[in-house]
Amino acid sequence: MSAEKVISVKELTKRFGDFTAVDNITFDVKQGEIFGFLGANGAGKTTAMRMLCGLSFPTSGEASVAGFDLYKNADAIKRNIGYMSQKFSLYEDLTVRENIRFYGGIYGLTDREIKEKSDEMLTQLKLGEQVNSLVKSLPLGWRQKMSFSVAMLHSPKIVFLDEPTGGVDPITRREFWTLIYEAASRGTTVFVTTHYMDEAEYCDRVSIMVDGRVDALGSPTELKEQFSAKDMGGVFLQLARKATRSDG
Amino acid sequence: MKQFTYFIKKEFFHVWRDKRTLLILFGMPLMQILVFGFALTNEVKNTKIGVLDNSKDETTRAIIEELESSRYFDIYRSLGSNADLEPAFRSGKIKLAVIFPENFQDQLHHGNKASIQLIGDATDPNIATTLINYATAVIMDYQRNMRGQPVYPYTINTEMRMLYNPQLKGSYNFVPGVMAMVLMLVCAMMTSISIVREKEMGTMEVILVSPIVPIRVVIAKMIPYFILSTVNIASILLLSVYVLDVPIQGNLALLVGLCLLFTVTVLALGLLISSVAGSQQVAMLISLMGLFLPTVMLSGFMFPVENMPIPLQVVSNLVPAKWFYYIVKNVMIKGLGFEHIWKETLILAGMTCFFMAVSLRKFKTRLE
Amino acid sequence: MNAVTAHKIRKTFPAKGKPTVALETISFEVGQGELFGIIGPDGAGKTTLFRILTTLMLADEGTASVDGLDVVKDFKEIRKRVGYMPGKFSLYPDLSVEENLRFFATLFSTSIEENYDLVKDIYVQIEKFKKRKAGALSGGMKQKLALSCALIHKPSVLFLDEPTTGVDAVSRKEFWELLRNLQGQGITIVVSTPYMDEASLCDRVALVQEGRIMDIDSPKGIVDKFGSTLWSVKADRMYELMKALREMEDVASCYPFGQEHHVVFKDETASPEKVKRSLMDQGFADFKFHPIEASIEDCFMKLMTSHNA
Repeated sequence: MSAEKVISVKELTKRFGDFTAVDNITFDVKQGEIFGFLGANGAGKTTAMRMLCGLSFPTSGEASVAGFDLYKNADAIKRNIGYMSQKFSLYEDLTVRENIRFYGGIYGLTDREIKEKSDEMLTQLKLGEQVNSLVKSLPLGWRQKMSFSVAMLHSPKIVFLDEPTGGVDPITRREFWTLIYEAASRGTTVFVTTHYMDEAEYCDRVSIMVDGRVDALGSPTELKEQFSAKDMGGVFLQLARKATRSDG
Repeated sequence: MKQFTYFIKKEFFHVWRDKRTLLILFGMPLMQILVFGFALTNEVKNTKIGVLDNSKDETTRAIIEELESSRYFDIYRSLGSNADLEPAFRSGKIKLAVIFPENFQDQLHHGNKASIQLIGDATDPNIATTLINYATAVIMDYQRNMRGQPVYPYTINTEMRMLYNPQLKGSYNFVPGVMAMVLMLVCAMMTSISIVREKEMGTMEVILVSPIVPIRVVIAKMIPYFILSTVNIASILLLSVYVLDVPIQGNLALLVGLCLLFTVTVLALGLLISSVAGSQQVAMLISLMGLFLPTVMLSGFMFPVENMPIPLQVVSNLVPAKWFYYIVKNVMIKGLGFEHIWKETLILAGMTCFFMAVSLRKFKTRLE
Repeated sequence: MNAVTAHKIRKTFPAKGKPTVALETISFEVGQGELFGIIGPDGAGKTTLFRILTTLMLADEGTASVDGLDVVKDFKEIRKRVGYMPGKFSLYPDLSVEENLRFFATLFSTSIEENYDLVKDIYVQIEKFKKRKAGALSGGMKQKLALSCALIHKPSVLFLDEPTTGVDAVSRKEFWELLRNLQGQGITIVVSTPYMDEASLCDRVALVQEGRIMDIDSPKGIVDKFGSTLWSVKADRMYELMKALREMEDVASCYPFGQEHHVVFKDETASPEKVKRSLMDQGFADFKFHPIEASIEDCFMKLMTSHNA
């Protein structure tokens, strides 16, 4: 695996008035890595992720994503990343094909590329027969898998997943992680948040945010040793219990 | 009862804390009254008027001089006969014509009474009315000055005629119109939005699962908006009287009573919308398209109902604002009593009962 | 008398083509003072079931009762007796913590002071923010406030629809501790959750999927019914290991489970050894291979696959 850094964050800080949402965080993510981004509600995960996606400017600090500077090249960053969240992913009132076409169009794929990509994707997800049905008629699990594939449509260098498996049944959840593994093995970097502690174990490295800071960073094995916990749930509880702030 | 009062209190909290909406609610009537009041009433200065003097005596000349010396009018002289009137109006050369009948002075001196005809171009009713008022005032002034002399027992009448828009639709009419619009927005839209918001947030589920009687929920929702509306009605009336000089000719208590009746009508409509709409956007859209637009277009406030095609005239009967508009105009502007508007009031009251009944019936005690 | 009974409840929603089935003829009972969990993913029909039991919706078929009262006939009486916390923990974001609680108290014709004892344990944790608007609270705090609001009228049965969804692991744990305390005060609690790990904290659970109840039992009872031996397998390259395992004929199922894979073999006596050897041949190292007790999640997946088969 190449050791190229695709995300590099140095002393990144974001303040809203006198509230420091993200407090001086520093970390790197390597190419092809599955990077778990954990933290309690209100710890600053969402704010940090928004900055990395080029959606909001930091107050101070440096960061580059996919080789582009956060301040100078936010647009280039957006072209080179994929994003999927539990809340918004696909248009429910469009069909599978229309959604693919739409997202392909947004990222400037040619018609041929869109066709190739969508054939590939539909075979992989076994969605061939549903290509003309409305997304809302699909079971939730399929929808989540499909929105992941759509986020991967333009072969981004990094894909950001915000609680992608919330409320999904246990089998689909694991199928979803299979997709994540495959993407990572093809060299895509996966940046993922989750509330499921077992999923934290699937990550190559995990960071845990507490009160806007990154309080722990390492592979699940390292973290478990460091905190003498038997699983990641234990690590998380130890850290998050220290949290003093509770603002959303 | 405590349950109910706290519910109302809670609704007030919602209204009070949403400062932006509050500003709109109270700012809107002010804005509308001022916009309609000042933007639509052009100031009259040096307007060209035509004079047709069929008498040509001392008195008529004196009056014409008075008119000419006022800063309002410039006299356009080339009116030789009645036949010249129409072309002069058509070509827009004059906005007002003052016509003295033959033997004006004789009539005045022997019959003690004479009439001057004032003809206004009422395509722009506001201007026409203003012009006629000014002209009348000038003539009255003249008469008053004459009275100062030892013997002047004569009276000059002015007879006015409005061309093209004889009933003067739209003059002071924006006051009742604005009132209808504001009440539609405050009561119907705001009530429906506030109920639908609870559905969206899921708090409606909790409320339904509690023992509170649904009708109380509805009434508690309506009360704050009812009160807001009375404040708005009061502010509109005060603004009209003291800022725009639109006097309240009729009985104030009657007028206020009728406004409150309409408020209830609109609250019922808002409730009806909330039972149909699933989201705040839908509620807003239905309020605007289904209530606000007909109020503006079909109530007779912007466009006289008489001039509409027959099908629209029929439809306009279904718009509660049309009846309200009619009632308020007659009571407030024309100063008519209840005996002249009881039929329309009855129709409005009937509509209110109907909407209230339907919407209470439609208000579900369950989801779905 | 049971606190909650559902007998052959069925509910469909109209849709284009054929109606969607939200609940397929389900029956269960919850005893007095029980902490009963309804465990299943989104779309399993949990919310619909809660709405039927709290008299917010009518079932197409079947009967149900809460506290001995029929959900259709006696709905008014039920509404006085149940506490309900819907999915998105409904609170008014523009009202303060205290105002929210006061509102829900008066809604049930009571007051905070009257039933303070009941919510005291929960409310003291948020009381210092009582002047703060509910919209400015964190997820965990909102959840506690919503629970206080659902409790303030001293309900005999408490329905909590996904109270822990979207809430972090710490707040979730604290929340379950609160539920345990409440149960100690004799309140029957029916709670739904998509998190399988929370099932073990209930007295009994119903595992639901696509409108069906796949099993109802105590967490232990469910685990005992797993039937086959479950092996935990670990090696150096976990993802490749999973693919290798899944391709083996002897492997009935293999699912990643945190830091290990959970594997069931077709032939329980011979296979584990054989599989281990063949994996070593494929070059996997650092083996950890031992039988473990199944979790609710293992059982859930097994029930899902056996039903779909």
